[in-house]
Amino acid sequence: MSWIAIGSIDDIPARGARCVVTPQGRIAVFRTAEDGFFAIDDHCPHKNGPLAQGIVHGNAVTCPLHGWVISLETGEAQGADDGAVRTYALKVEDGRLYISSDAIARRAA
Amino acid sequence: MTEKLVVIGAGMASGRMLEQLFEAAPGRFDVTLFGAEPRGNYNRIMLSPVLAGEKTYEAIVTHDGAWYDSHGVTCRFGETVTRIDRAARVVHSAGGTTPYDRLVIATGSAPFIIPVAGRDLPGVMAFRDYDDVQAMVAAAARPEARAVVIGGGLLGLEAAAALRLRGMDVVVLHLMGHLMERQLDPAAGYLLQRDLERRGIRIHCKAQTKAILGEGRAEAVLLEDGTIYPADIVVMAVGIRPEVRIATDARLQVERGIVVDDRMQTSDPAILAIGECVEHRNVCYGLVAPLYDMARVAARTLVGEEAAFRPVETATQLKVTGVSLYSAGDFADAPDREEIVLRDAGAGIYKRLVLKDNRILGAVLYGETADGGWFFDLLRKGADVSAMRDTLIFGQGCQGGAPLDPTAAVAALADDAEICGCNGVCKGKITGAIVARGLTTLDEVRAHTKASASCGSCTGLVEQLMTLTLGDRYNPAAVQPICGCTPLGHDDVRRLIKARRLKTIPAVMQELEWKTSCGCAKCRPALNYYLVCDWPDEYADDYQSRFVNERLHANIQKDGTYSVVPRMWGGVTNARELRAIADVVDHFQIPTVKVTGGQRIDMLGVRKEDLPAVWAALGEAGFISGHAYAKGLRTVKTCVGTDWCRFGTQDSTGFGIRIEKFMWGSWTPAKLKLGVSGCPRNCAEATCKDIGVICVDSGYEIHFAGAAGLDIKGTEVLTLVHTEDEALEHIVALTQMYREQARYLERIYKWAKRVGVDEIRRQIVGDADRRRAYFDRFVFSQRFAQVDPWSERVSGKDKHEFRPMAAIGFPVAAE
Ligand code: SRM
Ligand SMILES: Cc1cc2nc3c(=O)[nH]c(=O)nc-3n(C[C@H](O)[C@H](O)[C@H](O)COP(=O)(O)OP(=O)(O)OC[C@H]3O[C@@H](n4cnc5c(N)ncnc54)[C@H](O)[C@@H]3O)c2cc1C
Ligand code: SF4
Ligand code: FES
Repeated sequence: MSWIAIGSIDDIPARGARCVVTPQGRIAVFRTAEDGFFAIDDHCPHKNGPLAQGIVHGNAVTCPLHGWVISLETGEAQGADDGAVRTYALKVEDGRLYISSDAIARRAA
Repeated sequence: MTEKLVVIGAGMASGRMLEQLFEAAPGRFDVTLFGAEPRGNYNRIMLSPVLAGEKTYEAIVTHDGAWYDSHGVTCRFGETVTRIDRAARVVHSAGGTTPYDRLVIATGSAPFIIPVAGRDLPGVMAFRDYDDVQAMVAAAARPEARAVVIGGGLLGLEAAAALRLRGMDVVVLHLMGHLMERQLDPAAGYLLQRDLERRGIRIHCKAQTKAILGEGRAEAVLLEDGTIYPADIVVMAVGIRPEVRIATDARLQVERGIVVDDRMQTSDPAILAIGECVEHRNVCYGLVAPLYDMARVAARTLVGEEAAFRPVETATQLKVTGVSLYSAGDFADAPDREEIVLRDAGAGIYKRLVLKDNRILGAVLYGETADGGWFFDLLRKGADVSAMRDTLIFGQGCQGGAPLDPTAAVAALADDAEICGCNGVCKGKITGAIVARGLTTLDEVRAHTKASASCGSCTGLVEQLMTLTLGDRYNPAAVQPICGCTPLGHDDVRRLIKARRLKTIPAVMQELEWKTSCGCAKCRPALNYYLVCDWPDEYADDYQSRFVNERLHANIQKDGTYSVVPRMWGGVTNARELRAIADVVDHFQIPTVKVTGGQRIDMLGVRKEDLPAVWAALGEAGFISGHAYAKGLRTVKTCVGTDWCRFGTQDSTGFGIRIEKFMWGSWTPAKLKLGVSGCPRNCAEATCKDIGVICVDSGYEIHFAGAAGLDIKGTEVLTLVHTEDEALEHIVALTQMYREQARYLERIYKWAKRVGVDEIRRQIVGDADRRRAYFDRFVFSQRFAQVDPWSERVSGKDKHEFRPMAAIGFPVAAE
């Protein structure tokens, strides 16, 4: 697997998110309170809500549009809701963040 | 293969049947649902509280678009079925022909219109569907409007009470000697009449309508005895007849209703019928409980299971808030019957039981109806009551000597005793579901059993059953925890934040033993608000705990773009401001510009990346954020007042602007909207605002606790003051009291209902020192709050919010 540099961990506030733009669409990169880092598609499985804009709690985010809770680990909607978003591997090295290259190859794959 | 099922009528019976059908055999039927009304299924019996303004239409919708979609129902609302062609197995409607394998007729009934002259005049209406309700609400909105309701039965009286609540002058004309004669004996009818008259409703019994008078529209009702009652609307509520026309035309067997067998099958085996349009063993029904039974049976029949509808006794309750009335069974006098009567004139209580051979035949309760369910149960079972004859009338609590507590009374009910009449749910089903599914809240019980989910009059019983089954785990008065992260409720958390001087979210979570590491999307915004409010100078606002709109200071839209609403003080603007807005719209190619309901301009469809630049351009023209996204001060609507209006008594525009300039930027538990009207004509709609001012010659009448969103409620009057300064002090103090006491997301009217309007008056009007202290605390907090969030961001704050972290995978040249 190859990796693409996307920035520093300090670019993302704890319990917050930033976006990475790709030709296929936006990916949301999250940082949890415990400094866990996760990347998932920035499109809620419900009605495409921008997940990066939601409130981050534990290892999950609440979508800003209608309140679905999406697991950052699995990309799956929690509770009674049904649906999932794609997740991407991330790695942190010396305070820098790298995303797996599937992030740009995803449609082709 | 799926079978084609066509259902005619989207009413209460068909809605229930479809639910049961999809549960029993998902995917088996391809359903087309016709409804003459331009809307889907809703809870018709709740039209009375909607008419009274106690509920909204939205709150009584039982099946929404998402539900129909998820079950693949083709909805043909607003389309009447005009003919059934049984030979070709198709139905005809305006949209053409629709084939069926199975057909269900659920057309309900049509209101009976008495054949007098003038019955076709505009202004003569029935009370059957939401269109009728809308027509009545519109009529009631006219000042000094008068209604004549013909019919003193259940429906007529619910309409009369509701129209009276809406401020109409109401007269009820009733043909018989006393009200609701089919359900009440004369004594109870008299008590009911007295109670309604106390509410200002005129009642005329033995009134025979001769004609409805009017030129071009209804203007009055003429009785046979010559009496004339002027009327702007005439509501006919004299009865219903089963809606059988299409069945008759199709030559199905029809008597008074469409004849069905125990399986709900009509004389054509491919066709079923349910609801008020049917006749089963010579009986037509007009209450929902038996219709729901029919719905259940029909669903079973459709999937090929055995089920049979059995005739049932029905009980009646009048849904007029503040009137308790219960009646069941047969209470006509007859030689072989005995009766037991209890009267307490002082308390307005009357109870009567009719017995035959030591079994209850009928029960009428007025004023105190708690034992209705118990009597009804004895009646339906035909229980021998001789052993408790002497104390029977005192109710279940008096059986076995010492009075029992209400829970014990419910405990004593048999498992098959009916608790929810509307939905036919018995005790055993409720307690069973509570145990089997681990239900702990009333809402869950409603969702799983349907008990108390229709008219709600059995809510008390259901709660008692929950107490009985769950013991300490259910306490209706117990505090609702903020969310799953803590057992504490909002009030406790607010109290402890102050008492223990907790000043950060982690401190609150640590000290109050939160169960999760960093809360959730429900508790964090609440805590953030409480801390902002309680420690304005010390607390550092936690943006990650704010909903996106408050974090970005713009309203997120469904496509992920944002809307921008600048403040337009008191709704007043000028050419320079408008020109600046026009330039911004052109420059950023903003797709929609709209005047809001709050007297200002909304620019919709702005890309997130553009927000800072849009704000910068607006800022140059002097605009600041309108906080259209905030749980905070939104708008102060004004009218033109003494500046221009020939009726204005004070400078309502100037005062509104003054309030807005004083209060903008403040965070509140829920949004806060104000209005200032220059005279009682109230063009700024101040009497449905969170806080409103009506200017009068002698000064300023201050109102509060109105609502015009999800709920509709006129304001309460706080007080009348003589100067603008005093008015401002009262308004600000009231706002601060609300800020300090309310629960997050609780609008002012809900908070006022909880703490009591009198208590608020006592603190704000009656206690000048306290008022001053509230006022001062608000002013202190404004020192930190009145910062325009837009200009802060234009200057670079939270820059990271507005641009992506990286762009990857693009050809380099495109960067
Ligand atoms: C823009 C506007 C509609 C319009 O085009 O006129 C509007 C738009 C929205 N309203 Fe409203 N409301 C607007 C005036 C009103 C009014 C009328 C008024 O303010 O005079 C009401 C009834 C009064 C009231 O506040 O109750 C109103 C009652 C609501 C409610 C129901 C609140 C309630 O507790 O009953 C919501 C839902 C909520 O807040 O949870 C809501 C929510 C919304 C939201 C924020 C929905 C959302 O969460 O995305 C809409 C945002 C659209 C946007 O991005 O601009 N809006 N909304 C109005 C903006 C006024 C302004 O200048 O700030
Ligand atoms: C204001 C009010 C208060 C009430 N309060 C109570 C109460 O407290 N308790 C109680 O038990 N009952 C109450 N009722 C009675 C209860 O609402 C009815 O018994 C129940 O709604 C009947 O259900 P249904 O499905 O048979 O008919 P409906 O709910 O009337 O549904 C029939 C539907 O079929 C449509 N329709 C008719 N013909 C056609 C056609 N040819 N093509 C297409 N669509 C057609 C009609 O427009 C209607 O929408 C009340 C009724 C009203 C109006
Ligand atoms: S009424 Fe308000 S919340 Fe509803 S769609 Fe219109 S703007 Fe949105
Ligand atoms: S789009 Fe995410 S919850 Fe609806």
